Amino acid sequence: MHLTLEFGGGLELLLKSSTKVHKVEVPPKDGEGKVTMKGLLSWVKANLIKERPEMFVKGDSVRPGVLVLINDCDWELCGGLDAELEEKDVVVFISTLHGG
Amino acid sequence: MDGGRRGRGRRQAIEKELKKLREEREELDGRIRLLESQLEVRPEGVDGAAAGEGVVYGSCDGSVACRRRRGNGFAPDGGLPADMIYRYSRHLLLPDFGVEGQRKLSQSSILVVGAGGLGSPVALYLAACGVGCLGIVDGDDVELNNLHRQIIHKEAYVGQPKVKSAADACREINSSIKVVDHHHTLKPRNALEIVRKYDIVVDATDNLPTRYMISDCCVLLNKPLVSGAALGLEGQLTVYHHNGSPCYRCLFPSPPPVAACQRCSDSGVLGVVPGVIGCLQALEAIKVATAVGEPLCGRMLLFDALSARIRIVKLRGSLPDCTICGENSVFTEQDFQKFDYENFTQSPMSDKTAPSVNLLPENARITSRDYKRLVDNGEPHLLLDVRPMHHFQIASISPSMNIPLSMLEEKLPTLKTSLKETGAASASGKEPALVVLCRRGNDSQRAVQLLRENGFASAKDIIGGLQAWGQDVDPDFPVY
Repeated sequence: MHLTLEFGGGLELLLKSSTKVHKVEVPPKDGEGKVTMKGLLSWVKANLIKERPEMFVKGDSVRPGVLVLINDCDWELCGGLDAELEEKDVVVFISTLHGG
Repeated sequence: MDGGRRGRGRRQAIEKELKKLREEREELDGRIRLLESQLEVRPEGVDGAAAGEGVVYGSCDGSVACRRRRGNGFAPDGGLPADMIYRYSRHLLLPDFGVEGQRKLSQSSILVVGAGGLGSPVALYLAACGVGCLGIVDGDDVELNNLHRQIIHKEAYVGQPKVKSAADACREINSSIKVVDHHHTLKPRNALEIVRKYDIVVDATDNLPTRYMISDCCVLLNKPLVSGAALGLEGQLTVYHHNGSPCYRCLFPSPPPVAACQRCSDSGVLGVVPGVIGCLQALEAIKVATAVGEPLCGRMLLFDALSARIRIVKLRGSLPDCTICGENSVFTEQDFQKFDYENFTQSPMSDKTAPSVNLLPENARITSRDYKRLVDNGEPHLLLDVRPMHHFQIASISPSMNIPLSMLEEKLPTLKTSLKETGAASASGKEPALVVLCRRGNDSQRAVQLLRENGFASAKDIIGGLQAWGQDVDPDFPVY
């Protein structure tokens, strides 16, 4: 499944290549043909994260302080971990900022 | 036909005359009110200008008081005096804003928490646009390294309280509004008392525990919160607890790990970035105050300066089971005053104090003065600077070797070689000491831990890093 992933607020620094936008091909979980957010998180952890995975995930979700947006919408409104992604969806992971 | 046209022309002429007379009356009323207000204020020893009231610290006793003040010249019936019409004419010409918008603005009181990179444009714009009462809270003093982004402060104010500097600047721009400077760091013990006096709060602070505190406080007192943040080359903006939007806790029930909380004083920030977000915060505050347009409620604006992109995303609504703003919340003002926000977030209520770690035994650490003696005695050693490369480029002690902490593990062989060469070059043949240095003495401890685990048993770090070096040994060493 073709997805566009974007990382911001410093999360991009955890990735193997610290660019913010990643166009990726995520294989659906065997047989089901679907990619859920839960599946995507473990795929990102295994394939994109280079260092300090605890700065990105906690348990099977994202760590506190990370906003997840599916097509510019808070993932809490789309089903959270169980949200099913569709072809060409844009998923944004953004760490909240506190500076000023 | 002809008679009809003549009748219409006559009607238009009368309407025109009426409009003119009404305007004249409004202008006269305004002038009368202004003179009356001067008569009223003078005997108390304040020189006519209402802004003078703000000079007396803490004199703002709330939005009600701000509504009663006359300096802005608005009458209860909403008429505008001539001088105000002229001053805000470009606002009045906006069909969506007009007299009604300006009147509401002049009756609103807005509190800006933090007179830094975000707070600077917020306060400047709110003062300029004619907010009735503008409060500014900040406990810090102006520092030279603030000026590249905190544009409200001038060089002459370095070392003086930020609130004084900011309030003076606002009064210079607009002497007809009330400006109140609260020279405090906002804390749970004083926040309720200060915030209660205002209609709208702007969060322009620089740290996580203060953000949780301000949000909780605004929920308790039912105030809309215009929240902005900026770091590096990114900014974020939203309006909390207004028109069904969530509070900060709905969005972030648990605080992030300490290591994820970057500070401007560590990570840097491009001056214009908080400027952009601050301007947008002023705009949102004006929209909330005047009920004009659609404030950024339940949405968040994400600004990426590097790629020149702005993304506006939809957020969850307020959570019914939120511990603070939820229906069954049991969080009271007493709970708030006792709540330890620094403990909750494990971070200090300040941008400056990086929490210091203590990872090494005493015998694995030396002071910057010890290191100076070691250099003066000509003892063979290698100074390893583990800061990121771009830090090393700002300033460094010569000679020293730079291997950033993040690369140390893979560069251990290089280090081993350099250490050997240092040993060979020394006359005594003594094994050279390995001394590790960073900016403040935290990363150097992590580096020494790693080194000791990998066979560099004698590695030591310099307590307090380059900051201590600049303070105790070389006052000419540039601080950053």
